[in-house]
Amino acid sequence: MALAMIQEATSLVPNLVGAGLIVIGAGIGLGQIGRGAMEGIARQPEATNKIQTAMIIIAALLEGLAFAAIFLGK
Amino acid sequence: MKIKLKTTIVMSLTLLSSLFCSALATASAEGKKGDPVNTAEEITEYIQHHVKDSHDFHLFTHFSEGEEHHIGFPLPVILYGEKGLTAFMSSAFHHDDSGHEIVEKNSSRFVRNHGTIYELAEGASSVEFDEAHHPVNASKPIDLSITKSVFGILVIGLLMLLWFGKLGRQYKKNAVPTGFGRVLEPLVIYVRDEIAKPNIGHKYRKFTGYLMTVFFFVWILNLLGLAPFGFNVTGQLAVTAALAIFTLVIYLFSSNKHFWSHQLWMPGVPYLLRPLLAIIELAGTLIIKPFSLMVRLFANITAGHIVVMSLIAIGISMQNQMTAVGSTALSLVLSLFITLIEVLVAFLQAYIFTMLSALFIGMAVDEGHH
Repeated sequence: MALAMIQEATSLVPNLVGAGLIVIGAGIGLGQIGRGAMEGIARQPEATNKIQTAMIIIAALLEGLAFAAIFLGK
Repeated sequence: MKIKLKTTIVMSLTLLSSLFCSALATASAEGKKGDPVNTAEEITEYIQHHVKDSHDFHLFTHFSEGEEHHIGFPLPVILYGEKGLTAFMSSAFHHDDSGHEIVEKNSSRFVRNHGTIYELAEGASSVEFDEAHHPVNASKPIDLSITKSVFGILVIGLLMLLWFGKLGRQYKKNAVPTGFGRVLEPLVIYVRDEIAKPNIGHKYRKFTGYLMTVFFFVWILNLLGLAPFGFNVTGQLAVTAALAIFTLVIYLFSSNKHFWSHQLWMPGVPYLLRPLLAIIELAGTLIIKPFSLMVRLFANITAGHIVVMSLIAIGISMQNQMTAVGSTALSLVLSLFITLIEVLVAFLQAYIFTMLSALFIGMAVDEGHH
């Protein structure tokens, strides 16, 4: 019984490891976008609106990839 | 900062009473006929019920004296099976979702199993599945029913026609709109000036109608999924696929020679690489772009719903670990914040879908001044 539980749990490990990797990738990517956006805004505060818009667009593209990967994996 | 005493009292009373009420409700959860509730199953079913499409509107079920009472209303079921078009109201199934209740109509027998309707072959009394989960003694008729999502689309479409039609007609008489048009006008101008014009260029007028429709359609439907008694429409793969196909068709039909010459025989690239890149560009334009549009919207909305409902379910599933009041408080706070984020996501996903559609259309109609 315990063996069956352990087997079932370990069969989920690839799923979970994959999900963790996806989140790491998305996190790093969004962090880079945020960093670029902050630096841009710091250099030129009057361009804040344009930079924000571009940041949101790229973030949405990245999130789309991450979500697609999570849904296709599970 | 001085906070008024009355405000403090009112807000704390509201919070405490809501905690108390929900703690009472969750503490006395009993299933049908007084069986102990399998919490994990119930929660999964609760989430699946919101996320999945269904043939009738099921607002809630309440149990009195061990009997289930379903509150809701049925929707028309329209099927095109082996014997032609058949239509009946989904109340004929009597809330059965496990393939037991057989509906006889037009000399065909239909059952509903986990949301899918099957047409039974002669002599069969229930659907049997083989290993690949294909029905052995039944066929699937083409399901054209008015389901929850179709109903939602029709109602929202009608609502949008009323609102925007009225706003459009107002401009014949006065330059400044009155009534609800005042709320809509800045949004309409935003879509035209920030999404359509910068991305499409000087031919934007032809496509603004589609972009505005898709923007408000997706936004309102996203919000509908979050509202109480709301249902999930944009979290259906079929709905987002249809929207993505609309964008695909529009930008394919408005593409010009310049666009295709740059896709298939791109300048500035060594000749040997061009066929390879052409295949990649073709796959991108025809498959990957619409697919990503579809999956982005679907996944964001569905994931959001599942997260919100899981956090609400914490109030019930963690009762034993941290007392009913504690779990309810935690779930209340968490789900409140996540719902606020989801409201932002609703707008953001509508904006992104519209912006990417405008971008793709703009790329397709670009003249390319050298």
